[in-house]
Amino acid sequence: MTATAPRTDAGRPGAVDRLARFGRTLVSPRGAVFLLLIVLLVAITVMNPSFAEPGQLIRFVQRVAPVAIVAIGQYFVIVGGEFDLSMGSVVTAQVVIAGNLIGQDESKIVPVTLFMFAFGALIGLINGLVVSFLRVPSFIVTLGMMLALLGAVLYWTGGAATGNPADSFREIGRGGIRDIPVLEILPWSVVVLAVALALAIWFARRPFGRTIIALGDNPVTARYAGVRVWWVKTSTFIISSLSATVAGILLVGYAGVHPSVGRGYEFTAITAVVLGGVVLGGGRGWVVAAAAGAFALEALFTLLNFAGVPSTYRDAVQGAIIILAVAYAATTFRARRRGRALETSPGGPPHAPGPDASKEQAAAEASARPAPVPSTPRADNDTKGGS
Amino acid sequence: MRRRITVASAMIGALALFTLAGCTTDPNVSENTESAAPEETEESVDWFDQALFDKQDAERDVVPEGPENEPYLQYINAEFVDTSQFASQGAKKACFANASISNPWRQTGWITMNQQLQVLQEAGAISEMETRDAQDSDDTQIADIDYFINEGNCDVFIISPNSTAAMTPAVQRACDTGKPVIVFDRGVETDCPVTFIHPIGGFAWGIDTAEFLIENLNEGDKVVALRILPGVDVLEQRWAAADKLFEEAGIEAVDYFTGADPAEIKKIISDELAKGDVQGVWMDAGDGAVAAIEAFEDAGADYPVMTGEDEMSFLRKWKETGLTGLAPVYSNFQWRTPLLAAQMIFAGQQVPSEWVLPQSPITAEEVDEYLALNENMPDGHYAKFGGENLPGYPQVWEDRVIP
Repeated sequence: MTATAPRTDAGRPGAVDRLARFGRTLVSPRGAVFLLLIVLLVAITVMNPSFAEPGQLIRFVQRVAPVAIVAIGQYFVIVGGEFDLSMGSVVTAQVVIAGNLIGQDESKIVPVTLFMFAFGALIGLINGLVVSFLRVPSFIVTLGMMLALLGAVLYWTGGAATGNPADSFREIGRGGIRDIPVLEILPWSVVVLAVALALAIWFARRPFGRTIIALGDNPVTARYAGVRVWWVKTSTFIISSLSATVAGILLVGYAGVHPSVGRGYEFTAITAVVLGGVVLGGGRGWVVAAAAGAFALEALFTLLNFAGVPSTYRDAVQGAIIILAVAYAATTFRARRRGRALETSPGGPPHAPGPDASKEQAAAEASARPAPVPSTPRADNDTKGGS
Repeated sequence: MRRRITVASAMIGALALFTLAGCTTDPNVSENTESAAPEETEESVDWFDQALFDKQDAERDVVPEGPENEPYLQYINAEFVDTSQFASQGAKKACFANASISNPWRQTGWITMNQQLQVLQEAGAISEMETRDAQDSDDTQIADIDYFINEGNCDVFIISPNSTAAMTPAVQRACDTGKPVIVFDRGVETDCPVTFIHPIGGFAWGIDTAEFLIENLNEGDKVVALRILPGVDVLEQRWAAADKLFEEAGIEAVDYFTGADPAEIKKIISDELAKGDVQGVWMDAGDGAVAAIEAFEDAGADYPVMTGEDEMSFLRKWKETGLTGLAPVYSNFQWRTPLLAAQMIFAGQQVPSEWVLPQSPITAEEVDEYLALNENMPDGHYAKFGGENLPGYPQVWEDRVIP
């Protein structure tokens, strides 16, 4: 790409420069997932031009909404340095709760919805408190929670589908605002996703949101800085469980009640978050990229559907592509970080890496391998402090 | 810190692998043929078996023998075996190794079976039934059967195998105890059980459904086949037969595995509709049929010609939408037969060694009748459950409390 274009014109940026910056952004950790998403969407459109019609695209967004919302929730947990493996089973549990408690009785919609949010918050609270105070790794706590919830669902349903809840409750996942020009329909799911994403961006920029990232980056300094670690950590788990609840409500509408709804969502969400360049272990990442990761994943599944990959080895193809994509995201990320390390000299503008960094980035991009380690001792940010 | 991340990532990876591996079913499951199955089926993934296909094709047209209004006691082309060596007085203890109750079909059958048990307990034929649920696991079911053999104090073994090949040695061990063994639903590769009870089978299902779709579609039309999971003989045979007939008739059929997840089904149909018109939907089980139909509604497309199952959710949606449909039946009433067979065996009456129960689809002419008969039943109920003359009807099935 054009990442090698040097910053020649002094003063105002020219067209070449702007293009270069755009190119750099696309191959940077923040941008790699968007590049992947664009490539996938173009590939789908080439294969099936009708996909690019607004009506089709908005349906695609509707379908991705639950996964994207789960990925947004997972982002906060991961960027805070933990994992939430219980998200998928929270989705399942909420779907089953909605189906069984609401049934065909529309008057129960509001109380049951409130109950579902309370239930979601409670699960997050338990996860967070056990992680914070009993010092059990979140991986184990949420794994246990996942099994506990799945077991409870199995006990309740016997593992089979029960009836769907009232149609008016399902409207939020299935329906939308009709008779809109161009789009035909604006699904409620898309609205919910937009609101959730906006909230997440806002929240991530608030002091509290920044504290989460600081905690994920270096818990020791965060603690010394006066952060109430347990509360920050617990709130990330509550956020993730609540986002799983929202996803569950959308999925009941979109699909209906079945104990398999939500299965594997925790891994899809983690994959989406990693694809979005968020570092496992915390401290780095952008919530929008995490949501974009969810879109890229679903676009990949859609592409495989359109390409007519036989069902027998579809999973294998999916897995291979996900590994490659995550490897690419990780590679560009590392290259970028080494580049940044050189550029952190005082006064250096954050968005304009020096010529050295550009060269390294280009090398990394060309070979898809990590760039050679720069000689500066500050280069490797991987050696994060503490513990 | 770095190491913590690496370890955590590795754990995630490992867990993902376990999850995926957990979904695979024994790949060695081969067709349940009465004639010794050739060993090569262990390797090949070809589920089609011409001999079995022809046999089931023929059985579809046979008028079953047996009591007229009791389909669960009827039989097709039966060869009877003598059971006088098992004849004895008194109430017997039955031990039931169940594969799972993880789908609505098995749950409905399980409820019916428990009501049947009540009748036989009152009649003094069965004292009690001890049940172990293997929760879809071969390993668990093998352990369950061995437990029954060693400590169950059983008079009769009733086994609904989780998979064919894996369960064969355990069933053989049960037979070696000298007590009667009754196998139903999925089969095993040994003829040691006294009776093997099952409806006609997967190929018959495939033929019924494929013929219906071919009749109502034109050459070159597209059918989306929604399959639950690979590797289970009764399901693979349904698709093997349908796939063959579609190909012969020039119908374009694509198949997907859905895990019965309605979200997955909806995505698949939406993508297929985005690609081009879909004229037909074929399902290897009705679970999720409603999601498939809703995908057509959401996309604003014409309803497809569709085959589901006799699950109430599909029958209701079929009626409501007025689509051209067929509800193939994998006779749920077979869950009554094993206990009745046990009663007959202890009475010394002869039973069919392979007890083929009738299996006929619900057609558009019959759907109103079945809807009326099962009016208050929940969505997961199966229309041909065959428990109308059992105590507790209809309340027990309407409440649908899993015993």
